[in-house]
Order: sequence, then C-alpha cells, then structure tokens
Amino acid sequence: MGAVKAAMGFTLAVGTFLQHLINGLTLGAIYGLIAIGYTMVYGIIRMINFAHGEIYMIGAFIAVTTFTLLLGAGVTSVPLALVIVLAISCTFTAAYGWTIERVAYRPLRTAPKLAPFISAIGMSILLQNFVMLTQGARSKSLPPVMTGGVTLWHDGDFSLGLTNIQMFIILLTVALMAGFTLVINRTALGRAQRACEQDRTMAALLGINVDRTISLTFVLGAGLAAVAGVMVTLYYGVIDFYIGFLAGMKAFTAAVLGGIGSLPGAMLGGLLIGLIEAFFSGYVSSAYKDVAAFSILILVLVVRPSGLLGRPDIEKV
Amino acid sequence: MAAPASTSIPVAHRLRDAGIAGLVAMALAVPFLGLRTVNLDQGLVVQANLAYVPLAGAVVFLGRLVLGLLAAPLAKAVAPLAAWRPPAAAQRLRAWGGPLLVLAAVALPFLPFANRYVIDLGTTALIYILLATGLNITVGLAGLLDLGFAAFYAIGAYTCALTTTQLHWGFWPALVAGGLASSLFAVLLSLPILRLRGDYLAIVTLGFGEITRIVILNWQGLTGGPNGVSGIARPTLFGLTFDRRAPAGGHTFSEVTGIAYAPEHRLIFLYLVILALTALAAYTVARLRRLPIGRAWEALREDEIACRSLGINPTMVKVSAYASGALMGGLAGCFFAARQGFVSPESFGFMESATILAIVVLGGMGSQAGVIIAALFIVVLPELARGFADYRMLAFGLAMILIMIWKPGGLLSGRLPTIRLSNAKPKSVAEAA
Repeated sequence: MGAVKAAMGFTLAVGTFLQHLINGLTLGAIYGLIAIGYTMVYGIIRMINFAHGEIYMIGAFIAVTTFTLLLGAGVTSVPLALVIVLAISCTFTAAYGWTIERVAYRPLRTAPKLAPFISAIGMSILLQNFVMLTQGARSKSLPPVMTGGVTLWHDGDFSLGLTNIQMFIILLTVALMAGFTLVINRTALGRAQRACEQDRTMAALLGINVDRTISLTFVLGAGLAAVAGVMVTLYYGVIDFYIGFLAGMKAFTAAVLGGIGSLPGAMLGGLLIGLIEAFFSGYVSSAYKDVAAFSILILVLVVRPSGLLGRPDIEKV
Repeated sequence: MAAPASTSIPVAHRLRDAGIAGLVAMALAVPFLGLRTVNLDQGLVVQANLAYVPLAGAVVFLGRLVLGLLAAPLAKAVAPLAAWRPPAAAQRLRAWGGPLLVLAAVALPFLPFANRYVIDLGTTALIYILLATGLNITVGLAGLLDLGFAAFYAIGAYTCALTTTQLHWGFWPALVAGGLASSLFAVLLSLPILRLRGDYLAIVTLGFGEITRIVILNWQGLTGGPNGVSGIARPTLFGLTFDRRAPAGGHTFSEVTGIAYAPEHRLIFLYLVILALTALAAYTVARLRRLPIGRAWEALREDEIACRSLGINPTMVKVSAYASGALMGGLAGCFFAARQGFVSPESFGFMESATILAIVVLGGMGSQAGVIIAALFIVVLPELARGFADYRMLAFGLAMILIMIWKPGGLLSGRLPTIRLSNAKPKSVAEAA
C-alpha cells in the first residue's frame, strides 16, 4: 500500500509539473511574440520602442470589438471567426504600428539616443489614454469563444489538461516563428532588414530603401503583437486599457534576456519568462513571480552581459 | 542661395500627401472612434458612431495641409528668434540667475496669491526638481541610463516613514537615514552590474525598480503592503512643531514666536526647507562638475575606453555617480513622505521613473536650468489642464512627443564644455600659474 501511495504521489507531482509547464509555455508564447517586436526594432534602429506594449493592447481591443461584432452578426463557426479576427486585428494594428513610427520616431532618426525613447514614453501615455477615452476605463470581458480541450491524464481529483486555446496558441506561435524565420532568412525584405541592421548608410548606398525597411519592421512587429493580443483575449477573456504596460515590460525583459537584436533569443527569452512565472507562482509564491523573473534576468546579465543568444558588441576605438 | 526646397513642392503633391494622411487617420479611427464597446449587464455590445471616422479624416487632412503650407513661412518667421542671443549685459547676469531664482522661490509663499494650493504645487515641483537633479548626475553627467530611479525615491520615503513611525525618530534624523539608505542601496546594486553597457544596464535598473516596488507591496509585516504607512512625523524647527497644540513637553512655532497659528505655516516651512535643500543640491552639483570627480563623470559619458587609458577607475566613478544620484532621490523621498504624512507603493511605479527621466531629457541632459524648466512644465501642465480633466494625460503624452520632435536635445540643449582648451585667455593662464 505504501509503495502504491508513494507512486501515486510521485505521478501527481509529475502531473502538476507538466501542468505548470503547459501553462508556462502558453504564457511564454505570448510574451515571445511581443518580444520579437522589441528585438526587431532594437536591432534595426537601436531604440527601445516603449509603446510596443500599447500596440499589443490595441490588438487585443480590436479583437474584442471584432469578436463582439461577429457574435452579434451570428457567426458561430469558431475557425471562421478566428481567421476574421486575426486578419482584422493584424491589419489595423499594423496600421497603428506604421503610423506611430512615421509620426513619433522617424523625425528623430538622427536625434540623440534618448530622444526617441522619451517620444516612445509619450506615445505610450498617449495611446493608453486614447483607448481609455474612446473605449472606457472599465475592463472588457468576452464570453468564452473557444472551449473544450483534451484531458491528457487524470487520477482521482487531479487531471492534466491541455485546452484547445492553449493548443491553438502554442501551434500558431510555432507556425508564426517558422514563417518569420523564413521571411528574415530567405526573402528580399529579410535581407534588406539584416543589411540595415548591420550598416544603414551602406545599405542605403546599395539601393535599399531604408525608410521603407524600417516601416515594414514596425508593421511586422505590430502584426505579431496583434496576434499576441488576440491570443490573450481568447486565453483570459478580460482586457483593459492598462494591459499593455506590464506585458510590454515583461516582453522587453524577455527580449533582453534572450539577447536583444536576436530573433531566436526573443522567443527563448519569452518562453523562459513564461516558464519562470508559471513555476514560481505554482511552487513558491505568485506575489513574487515578477521578482523572480527580474532577478533571473539580472543574474543572467551579470554572467552573460549581452543576453543568452546575443552577440557581444565589438568595441571599436 | 537657392530657395528652400519646401517652397517648391507643388500643391498637387501636398494634396496627395494630406489625402494619404487623412485616409490613414480614417482607417485608424474605425476601431476606436467609430466603434465603441460598451459594457452592459448582459455583456458587451458594440455601438457604432461612424460619423467620427470621416471627421477624424477631415481634421487630419486639413491639419496636414495647413501645416505643410505654413511650415516654410513659419520656419522663416521663427529663424531670427532662434538665432537671437541675449546681449552681453544679460550674459553677465547669467551668473546671478541661480540666486535670483532662489530669491523668487523664497518670496513665492508670501505673495498675495499664494494659497495652500500654490504652495503645495510649489513643493511638488521642488521634489521633482530635487529628484531630477539627482537623476541628472547618473544620466546627464555620467551617461548611465537609469529606468528605475523611483526605487531610490521609494527607499528614501519608506526609510523615513518606518524610522519615524516604528522607531519614533524625528524628521531630521529620518531625513539623513533616508538619504544614506538609498545611497547604500545604490552602491550595493551598482557593484555587480557595472560591467553592463547601455540598454542592458537600463533594463537591469528597470528590473531593480520593479523588484523594489513588488517587495514593498508584498512585505506586509514591514511596509503595510498596499495599505502603506501613515502617521509619518512632520518636520520641526529646532524642536518646535507646527501643530495647533504643543505635544507633551514641547512647544509650537506659534507659541514661541507669537505669530498667530495658521495651518499654512507647516506647508510654508516644508516648502522653504525643501527649497533650501534643492538649492544646495543644485549648487553642489554645479561645484562637483568642476571637481575631478565631476570631470570624471562627464569624461566617462564621452568615452569609457579613453578614461580607462588615462587611469580613471570606471567602477569607482560609476558607483559614485549612482550613489550621489540616489542620495538626492532618497532625500526627495523623505520630503515626499513628510509632506503627505502617508506613503504607499503606488507612488513609486515605473511611470514615476519615466516621469523623472522625462524631466531630465526634456530639459536637456546635464542642464540644471533645463531640469527646473522641465519639472515646472511636467508638474504645472497637468494642473493647468485640469479643466480638461480626462484629456490632460492625452495632452501630456502628445506634448512629450512634440517637444522631442521640436527640440530632440531637450529644451536647453546647449552643452557647454566644462573646460575650454582653445580660447583660454592668457590672463587666466597667468592666474592659474
């Protein structure tokens, strides 16, 4: 009997561990998608786009509006609704990303380093208050759109589950990452982007439209942030105008943890932050989960000053 | 001289440009101005106000067109203003600017229009000036970007709050303790992270700021968590309190001086004390810039490798910049705590760090006068815009963007070299020798 009980306790521990792992991966996928926007913009113009968290928040709001409209119009097919919401949210959010770059950052392309950063903080305050004024300060909740899931394993009261939403989030993130890696490595746009990252003047001399490449970087980053916004709307079902701040800060942390400027680094950093959060709140304390995330960031940076996958800056004298 | 290129842009081009801007504005307006989600009892519904969409388009179209047409004449009209330099006599007054400003600030509470509200606003502005003066050492002089400066502000405020409420210290020892505690934290933090550069350093300071806030929020036993600490001691003048009735064994200000009791006295006293401290801080920083340590800060900002090769120890220089900045942050925190009589973790979030950094950058990094102007701007603008209630933060964000586009180096960006090598006057050389 004792051995059976011990074995059950062991399997229960493994089950709990796996559940935290699944939750952490889901959260990490969302952070990773936002982190890519930070890392790409940083790579190409060496600027912390502080308003990127708000872009994600805008994506989530457009998703809520579109879902509500679709429900009102009587669309019941979940896949159809998802495709429409993703398309609309990405399109409009990308337009916001493009406009923000054009209005607030492009005039500061040659300004001192901190000027675009302050402009970005201003943009972040502006967007938060714009959404609060137009959509109201109360949080918006959506009836569950995607329900159900699979129970991987269950034992008495405990069951290890993978919901459809989690599956959707993880699979879509993997697909987007694969597609994105192809875009960066194989297409003309990706080549232009990498060229601008290395040397903007030289890229311009070789006939690359630098302004256009930078604009497209913002558009792509905003599109991915919009996907993250749609995911979070589905996953939690509740959003408000303030969600961009914390998510943006964590995604930025993720980007730095992975090595800012590196795409796989952003994804890895996002996953790590998600996992740390899930495990720390599961096993230690949920109040201090952000302390754990930031402490690990500091520890990693002390050992590896340019992040996990970042290349160290070569100093030219 | 060829005519400026901007005047030769054909009207058709301008129309097309404005048209595109208008169309983009309409597209952006659809999901937020055109459609509005409303919380009802039975769930969300979407209300359509599609009339706003063409309106937004029209406003942006006209705005873009008018700005485009006016830009060239406007730039021409402003050009002589930008080139204007104060006459030589005014230049000589520059040296008196600081003392005159302090005199004006001392006079403020005694002016006829000075009521509680004005004095309180003045105190807030001074707290921000002190904070930004501290951050200016780290960011403006030493070039170390700090995104978590509110942590030092919080440590100062909580040290003051806890020593006065738990240990029953008076305000003055608590002030010293607050400044020192915050400085000590800065030294402890900066030692392990000084290898990091630029943005990596920035994110670590951001992390430190958040860790401090979360620990304060959750360490219920010590800090009272989200409820904060109240009953913080008020400053006294040589043991005299500013209360209506004297505490046991003490005296009040009005008893000893014979001035009739007024609740404003405490506010005015606090205002004058922080004014004195801020003036002292500004003066100290100005002097420090002339000392080897200040020169080392600025040299480090310009080129770390050159500094190393000249025998400057970057670690010590960075630690001293952090510690001096944090000292002022901690002192400002104590004043904040003493003014409110209450502190809670909400006052020390990331937005606070961003606001202080915005003051430094908007003012022009390294410029003390810039810090004062920008702090007044940041404190007074939202107050002036109180009539617009909901729109004030919107306007605040917009103003930050516009100022940066207009003057990317900050309002007072003329960075004077601390030492002039080329046109040193022979006389001063003789004096130096």
